[in-house]
Amino acid sequence: MIGAPMGTGRDRPWRVPLVVIALLLAAQFVLPDYHHTNMTRIMVFAVFAIGYNVAFGYAGLLSLGHAMFFAAGLYGAGLSAQFLGVSMPLAFLFGGLCGLVLALVVGLIALRTRGVSFMIVTLMFSQAVFLTILYFNEFTRGDEGFVLAQEIRQLRLGDTVLSLTDPALRYNLALGLFAACYLLGVALLRSPIGRVLVALRENESRVQMLGYNTFGYRLLALTLSGALSGLSGAAYALLFAYVGATFATTQYSIYPLLWVLMGGVGTALGPLIGTGLMFYLVDFASEITSSYLIVVGVVLVLLVLVFPKGLIGTLQERWRGARS
Amino acid sequence: MSLLQTQGLSRHFGGVQAVREVDFELPAGETRAVIGPNGAGKTTFVNMISGRIRPSGGRIRFNGEDITGLRNWQRARRGIVYTFQITSIFQNLSCHDNVALALQRSQMTGLGGRLHLDVDALRGQAWAVLERVGLAARIDEPAANLPYGHQRLLELAMGLALAPELLIMDEPTQGLSESEVMAFCDLIRAIGRETTVLLIEHNMSVVMELADRITVMNDGAILAEGTPAEIAANLEVQRAYLGT
Repeated sequence: MIGAPMGTGRDRPWRVPLVVIALLLAAQFVLPDYHHTNMTRIMVFAVFAIGYNVAFGYAGLLSLGHAMFFAAGLYGAGLSAQFLGVSMPLAFLFGGLCGLVLALVVGLIALRTRGVSFMIVTLMFSQAVFLTILYFNEFTRGDEGFVLAQEIRQLRLGDTVLSLTDPALRYNLALGLFAACYLLGVALLRSPIGRVLVALRENESRVQMLGYNTFGYRLLALTLSGALSGLSGAAYALLFAYVGATFATTQYSIYPLLWVLMGGVGTALGPLIGTGLMFYLVDFASEITSSYLIVVGVVLVLLVLVFPKGLIGTLQERWRGARS
Repeated sequence: MSLLQTQGLSRHFGGVQAVREVDFELPAGETRAVIGPNGAGKTTFVNMISGRIRPSGGRIRFNGEDITGLRNWQRARRGIVYTFQITSIFQNLSCHDNVALALQRSQMTGLGGRLHLDVDALRGQAWAVLERVGLAARIDEPAANLPYGHQRLLELAMGLALAPELLIMDEPTQGLSESEVMAFCDLIRAIGRETTVLLIEHNMSVVMELADRITVMNDGAILAEGTPAEIAANLEVQRAYLGT
């Protein structure tokens, strides 16, 4: 893209992502154990946030039911590994596929509605998934959940057997997944499809009159979003060995919305920053008081006031303003 | 052969009959103006042609094909392009991005085209389209920064970028200053040499100057049709407009 004619002022889109990924790669050697594990968790959840951002940030689909896609991945991977003895990589991919298929099916129905109705329909679907998990208590162990057996959490590469209990391996697997999804998010934003999605968010009827099948594009965004959320859930199950119905509750539909809002809606880096910030905010607040949600709430309100477009979104805007 | 043809095209909203049984023909290459008093059904009529509103009855044929059941975006792909009465460009995007969005649609074929396009080539094409409407110098400016008259031009540029076979313009000169209207007329005349134009317009001097033929609508039906000179001399039209 460098040296494009007619002075477009186009930036180098891959510079920031590569720096961020390099920093994360280096961080594992300096982080104390506690933060090392936290970072692994944050990167896995950041993938969930990236998935949410594709639907909400790029295509303007405000879903209140994304926990169902995360849970689809979580249970898809967890159950297939636990009961069917599926290998880790396959269980992981199967989890992503579960998220994708669920999003496709839900999308075909829910995308006939818009705005508030869409929020309610996705919320209801998500609730139905949650209740389904409780209903099949025999396999899912309901609220209590189940822990993946240690002996199945192994990666076989030829003769070498790697255990997913190893923190360094977990960190780097999470980083690999995050990096891939992060770069995918950047590439999507810059692709022809991404440009249509962003335009769709602003004015759907205009996009239609340009000859685009907007239903198809919204479905594509939701399906991709569901697949990424599913991959995140699958990674969580396999890396942290726990599968439980808590992850299918409404709280886990609200979290990705908050992460994305905090980091910056529609930005590629926002999901990671928002997820990390929220994680440490909860962590810090719960150390000083048992009613930590009050602290979290106050900070959220302040953040929205100071950074109305999220941290990254507002900083980007100010930087652009300063340049021109 | 006519490019566009409607047979018995009707639309009612509840008990109100906005358009009743309109038979209409538009030959290829013509610039046609649709005029009529407020509430005559002009906008409803062209909205049914562009696919923004579904008809309650009747058929629409375009290029010999029955398009009555097609969605608006499918019609846009067949070359029926609509420019909005209320300017509806993407305010947050630059002029380039607005036009590129229209241009890239026909290039997004196959998986490759959906994932990657030659941005430099696209920019060249966007430049050419913006040049036609006189906005090339502002190619990188956000659309929101443009004055209203230029936003109308950008709206038109997005339409042109779709390479229309039939360009429908709903009150294109509304809200423009007199000098802007003159420039707009020159532009529409130039466009009319290459493509078929269907124009809804209130400004009679614009209509008289641009239209090859004029269709007058009143109360949801076609009242008269003819050359500008014929329409100007038509007593019935005068009565509908002037209420005498």
